[in-house]
Amino acid sequence: MNRYQQINLAKQVGKWALIAVIMVYAIFPFYYAVITSLKPSSELFRVDYWLSSVDFGNYAQIFSQKSFVQAIGNSILVAISVVFIALLLGVTASYALGRVRFRGRTTVMLVVLGVSMFPQVAVLSGLFEVIRTLNLYNSPGGLILSYTIFTLPFTVWVLTTFMRQLPMELEEAAIMDGATPWVTLTRVFLPLMWPAMATTGLLAFIAAWNEFLFALTFTLTDSQRTVPVAIALISGGSQHELPWGPIMAASVTVTVPLVILVMIFQRRIVSGLTAGAVKG
Amino acid sequence: MSTPTPDPTPQAVHSAVPSPQTGYRGTKVRRQRVRAAWMFLIPMLITLAMVAGWPLARTFYFSFTDASLSDTAGAAWIGIENYLVFDDGNWYGILTDPVWWQSVWNTLYFSVVSVSLEVIFGIIVALLLNAEFKGRMLVRAAVLIPWAIPTIVSAKMWAWMLNDQFGIINHLLMTLGLIDAPLAWTADASLSMWAVIMVDVWKTIPFVALLVLAALQMLPKDCFEAAEVDGIHPVKVFFRVTLPLITPALLVAVIFRLLDALRVFDVIYVLTSNSTNTMTMSIYARQQLVEFQDVGYGSAASTLLFLIIALVTILYLYLGRRQLGVDE
Repeated sequence: MNRYQQINLAKQVGKWALIAVIMVYAIFPFYYAVITSLKPSSELFRVDYWLSSVDFGNYAQIFSQKSFVQAIGNSILVAISVVFIALLLGVTASYALGRVRFRGRTTVMLVVLGVSMFPQVAVLSGLFEVIRTLNLYNSPGGLILSYTIFTLPFTVWVLTTFMRQLPMELEEAAIMDGATPWVTLTRVFLPLMWPAMATTGLLAFIAAWNEFLFALTFTLTDSQRTVPVAIALISGGSQHELPWGPIMAASVTVTVPLVILVMIFQRRIVSGLTAGAVKG
Repeated sequence: MSTPTPDPTPQAVHSAVPSPQTGYRGTKVRRQRVRAAWMFLIPMLITLAMVAGWPLARTFYFSFTDASLSDTAGAAWIGIENYLVFDDGNWYGILTDPVWWQSVWNTLYFSVVSVSLEVIFGIIVALLLNAEFKGRMLVRAAVLIPWAIPTIVSAKMWAWMLNDQFGIINHLLMTLGLIDAPLAWTADASLSMWAVIMVDVWKTIPFVALLVLAALQMLPKDCFEAAEVDGIHPVKVFFRVTLPLITPALLVAVIFRLLDALRVFDVIYVLTSNSTNTMTMSIYARQQLVEFQDVGYGSAASTLLFLIIALVTILYLYLGRRQLGVDE
C-alpha cells in the first residue's frame, strides 16, 4: 500500500466515523426513550443500552387514562382543522399575491412576513381577551383560531412562491376562454397545487401538533388539553419522582406518527422548508 | 414597515403574470382580476387582523394600564408606570427589575451561543450530506429525526437522559471516568443553561443543515473541479470558495434561527421551569401575565420583547429583499 492509498483509507475511515457519530447523535435520544417506555417500572432506574425484555405496562397505563386519550383526540382535531383553514385561506391569498399585479401587493407580502416573525408571547394578553370574548377559552376552537397566527403566514408565503413558478400560458388560455379568476384558480391552478399543498399542509400539521405556549395558556381543564401540554403536566407524587416510564410511553406515542410522516415525505419537507426559508 | 410601491420587481412579475393586454377588453379583464385578488385576500387579512394585529395593539395598550387577568376590560390608564416609575424615593417598574435584566441577558446568551453552535454543526452535517456515499438518503432521513420530534417531547427525553440520579449521561460520564459524582444538569445554576442549549442545538441542527445543504447543491461544480485540478487544499477551498458562496443562505438561516431563539419558551419551560438561571424574556412575560395575573406588567415585558424582535426582523427584511432581488 503506497502513501496515496494510505491517505485515502484514512479519509474513508474518518468519513464513516463522522457519519456514525452523527447517526448515533441524531437517533440515540429517541431510541433511549423507546427503550425506557418498554421497561417495567422495576427496571426503570437501571441504565441499560438495550432492551432485555419488552413490557407494555407503561402504554397500558397511559391509554387507560381518559385525559390522555382525550388529549390525543384534541390534538388531532386542532391540527387537522388548522391545516384545513390555513390551506383554504392560503390558496386563495397566494393566487392573488402570486398571479395578479395590484397596488399594495408588496405591502401585503411584508405584513404576512412580519406576522410570521411575531413572538407568540407578544400577542398573548390581547389574544387571551379575544378568545374569552368569543367564548372560546378552554376549547379547541380557541386553539384553532390562535394557531393561524403562525401557520397562515407560512402557508401563504410558500404557496405564493410556488404559484409564481407556474407557467403563464395556462392562465392566458383560461382568460381567453373567459374564465373568471375563481374558475381559473379552482379548475386550472388547484390541480397543479397538490404537491405544494401537501408540503405546506404537512408542515402546518406538525407546527400545530407541537405547539405548546398557546395550548398551555388557553386551556384550563384536562379534558381540553392537547398532547404536548398533557405530557408536560404529567406529574408524580413530587417534583423529584416523576413517572418517567409513562412519560416516555406518551412521548413515543405522539412522536412515532410524526417520525413516520417525516420519513415518508422527507423530500417534500426539505423542499418546503427551503422554499419557506431561503426564498423567504 | 415599508411604503407601498405599485410594483418593485417588474421583471419578476412579467415572467409570472400575463402581460396586461391593451384595449378595452384588456383593462376590463385586468380590473376584474384586481377586484378578485382583493376578494381572495380579504378572508386572510381579516383572520390575521383578528389573531395578530388587534391582539398586538391590545398588548401595547395593556402595557400602559393596570389590567389584571380576571378583569381586562376595567383596566385603568397608568402611563408608563409598568415600565418605570419614581415613587417615594425609589424607582420601580420593569426596567428596574433585576430578574427582567437577568432574563434579557439569559435570552441573548442562549440565542448567541445556541445559534452559533447550530450553524457550525449544521455546516459540518451539510458538507457531509453533500458528499456522495452509499446510504446517503438513510443518513439524511436519520438526521431529520430530531427536527420531527415535538419540542416538549425532546425536552422530556433529554430531561430523563440528564436526570441527576438515574440519567444515562451521568452514568456514561462516570463509566468513562470523566466525572466523579453525578451532575445536577437541570438544577445546577452553572449547568442548567448549557443543558438547555444542548437540547436546542440537538433539535435544530437538522434545520440549519438542510438549508445549508440546499445552498451547497446549487453551487456550480466547475469551480470545485478547477480547485481540485489545481491541487488546492480542501480546507482552503472551503474557506475561500464554499463559505463565501453559501453566506447569503447562511445569513437567512441565522436570522431565522435567531428570531426563534429570542422568543424561546417551551424547551426551557419544560426543562427548568421558572428557574431564574434560565428564565428568558418569554418566560418572564408569561409568568407575570398568567401566574401573577398582572396583565399590565406582563404586557410591558411582551412589548419590550416585541421591540427587540422587530429590530431583528427589520434587519432580516432588509437582507431578505436584497436576496429576493438577486434571486429573481
